[in-house]
Amino acid sequence: MDRAGGTDTTARTNAMDGMNTKDGADPTNGTNGTGRARAGGARAGGWKGLRGRAGLRWRLAGGFAAVTLLSAVAASAVAYHLNREAILRRTTDGVVAEFQGTLGRLVPNYPSGAPETYRFGPENATDLSRMIRDELRKPGRAAVAIERPPGRVPPEEVAWLGVPVPADFLREADTYLVHRRIEHRGTPYLLVGARAWDLSGRGPILAIVAQDLRPEARTLESLASSILAVDGVVLALALALALLTARGVLVPVRRLAKAADALGEGALDTRVEVRGADELASLATTFNRTAERLESNIGELRAMEEASRRFVADVSHELRTPLTAMTALTDVLRREDTSEPDLRRAGLIVADGVGRLRTLVDHLIEISRYDANTATLVLDDVILAEALRATLSVRAWEDDVLLEVPEDLMARLDPRRFDVIVANLVGNALRHGAPPIVVRVRPEARGGRPGFTLTVLDHGPGIPDDLLPLVFDRFVKRDPARAETEGSGLGLSLTRAYAELHGGDVTARNAPPAGAMFTLWLPVEGAA
Amino acid sequence: MSLVAHILFVEDDPLARAAVEMALSRQGHRITAVGSGEEGLEHFRSRRPEIAVLDVMLPGIDGIEVCRRIRKEDTLPVILLTARGDDLDVVLGLEAGADDYVVKPIEPRVLDARIRAVLRRADNSYGSVSTYGDLVVDRDALKVTRAGRDVRLTPTELRLLLALTRRPGHALTRQQLLAEVWEQTYPGDGRVVDACVQRVRAKLGDDPADPGYIETVRGFGYRFRSS
Repeated sequence: MDRAGGTDTTARTNAMDGMNTKDGADPTNGTNGTGRARAGGARAGGWKGLRGRAGLRWRLAGGFAAVTLLSAVAASAVAYHLNREAILRRTTDGVVAEFQGTLGRLVPNYPSGAPETYRFGPENATDLSRMIRDELRKPGRAAVAIERPPGRVPPEEVAWLGVPVPADFLREADTYLVHRRIEHRGTPYLLVGARAWDLSGRGPILAIVAQDLRPEARTLESLASSILAVDGVVLALALALALLTARGVLVPVRRLAKAADALGEGALDTRVEVRGADELASLATTFNRTAERLESNIGELRAMEEASRRFVADVSHELRTPLTAMTALTDVLRREDTSEPDLRRAGLIVADGVGRLRTLVDHLIEISRYDANTATLVLDDVILAEALRATLSVRAWEDDVLLEVPEDLMARLDPRRFDVIVANLVGNALRHGAPPIVVRVRPEARGGRPGFTLTVLDHGPGIPDDLLPLVFDRFVKRDPARAETEGSGLGLSLTRAYAELHGGDVTARNAPPAGAMFTLWLPVEGAA
Repeated sequence: MSLVAHILFVEDDPLARAAVEMALSRQGHRITAVGSGEEGLEHFRSRRPEIAVLDVMLPGIDGIEVCRRIRKEDTLPVILLTARGDDLDVVLGLEAGADDYVVKPIEPRVLDARIRAVLRRADNSYGSVSTYGDLVVDRDALKVTRAGRDVRLTPTELRLLLALTRRPGHALTRQQLLAEVWEQTYPGDGRVVDACVQRVRAKLGDDPADPGYIETVRGFGYRFRSS
């Protein structure tokens, strides 16, 4: 008993601790107040233990962070790409526009809107080349303007660009205005080229510029790193937020787990605080309800256990009492020198004891079957008037009892058990009450079911008030000290059990100015 | 009544066997008491008792099986002894053809009364021969024929048929039949009557779904059809 009590107290305290203290004070897992795992200080079980214990939190946080990361990366990638395209196109367009503009200014007869070939006269070819080259040249932009027929460009002249020009680029530049991005020694360049044609037939001028794109590259790099930085910060924030949310979920979960533990240990009055109205709150409510039901169920079971123990103690006492007398006489009966009259007396006492034991055993077996739910009714169609008269006549009680029963009333019941009920009620009235004893039967429906009531009324002193609520309990006798009563102490308990087996009931009260009145109601159709 | 019967009594518990044997002898009967079903069958065939009282719980062949085997050969009255709490025993025993059953422990006086009831020759003071269709009941000779053929009934079955035919068209409750045919004081187990009715119907060739002779009166009992 004490041990159980001790455990209860400890468990309850722990549960209450769990419910009141902050996460940080919790020694049962390896996390600190912020929820981040202390890798070095993890508990026994190390990494695996941590994962097992904080698995949910990391799953939640991880999922959240992954989603955030993916979205951030996707958005950043798209933004970066768009930006890059925009920057490069702007630069390209700018360079091409300047290229075109310069050529258009310097080359005479430049037809605006015309295809990308320019016509000029023989007189200004060389100067024109030089002019074009000088105009095109800028810091970060190398330029060449070469007077040559198409198809042939000596590499050493193009080499002044400082950048290798692909052959197909040169070929295309013969006909069109072309631009292309290339890379040379890790540096990006934009090449723009076109030919201005010679009206006189002298070699046309090929102009090419190579724009150093390093500034643009640097801009893009810094854009990329900014994006990455922001993504990193966002990820960190997301992770933090996720852990915080997870903690918000996990702390109540852990609290619930502790409470469940305490409940399992035997602290049946453990309950959890219900906060808010979300799923966790409803889980907490369910837990409380379950704990309440468990408490009451176990309470009932314990009460039943206690009642059972009391029953066993009572039964032992009831059995031992007649056995005591009989045991005392066995010697007398066995001895050869016992006189005939003594033998006879001893024999009668034993016979009496046997009778009492038989009754007690019969009743015990019956009530045990009822307790174990193995009692089955053997139903028969019974004419009540006949049955009652038979019950009374078998015991020679006809003259002591006034019977009022309709002759035509029939019911479907277990005749043996009905006989026991009637005999018990009338027997009690004869034993403890006083005449006249009246047995009255009337049809009466209850809850829509047709049935009959049988009342047994006597004119004695009635049932003492303190006994009245207990009168159907087991082994309750009028005078507990009176051991010579014939009754087993189980008569009324059996009566009530039998009544209930039939789907009916029996009640007791005092009916002044008369004595005690027992009312039995049974359905006529047999137990459902 | 000064009826003395030769009773075959089978009970394996030596104490109970000795006690009951002594008590029944004092009632005037001649007892052959044995301790097993096999011995019981042996004695049944060799000594020809007038009634068998069998405990159900026996080592080897149980009392119900003994009853079944006796029934195959004879109309000997059989009473089964069963412990309360074994409703299955009761049902099986009645199906095996037992005339009556008794719950242990039982006072020898009561057992004696039940034995005498089962042994009693039918009361033949109600006129000699009655005819109901192709059924002829001879109360003097205690014979029943149907369409000229002999119907072999046990004493109990015959008494039941006579009780019902004594008041044709009149319904009797099971309790009334138990009192009249088995001489049982109220209350009795109606299933004993049901089992016997079933056997009589079978022997008369009656279809339980549409009985020509004995009909069930629902909510009441049984009735012999007069027409």
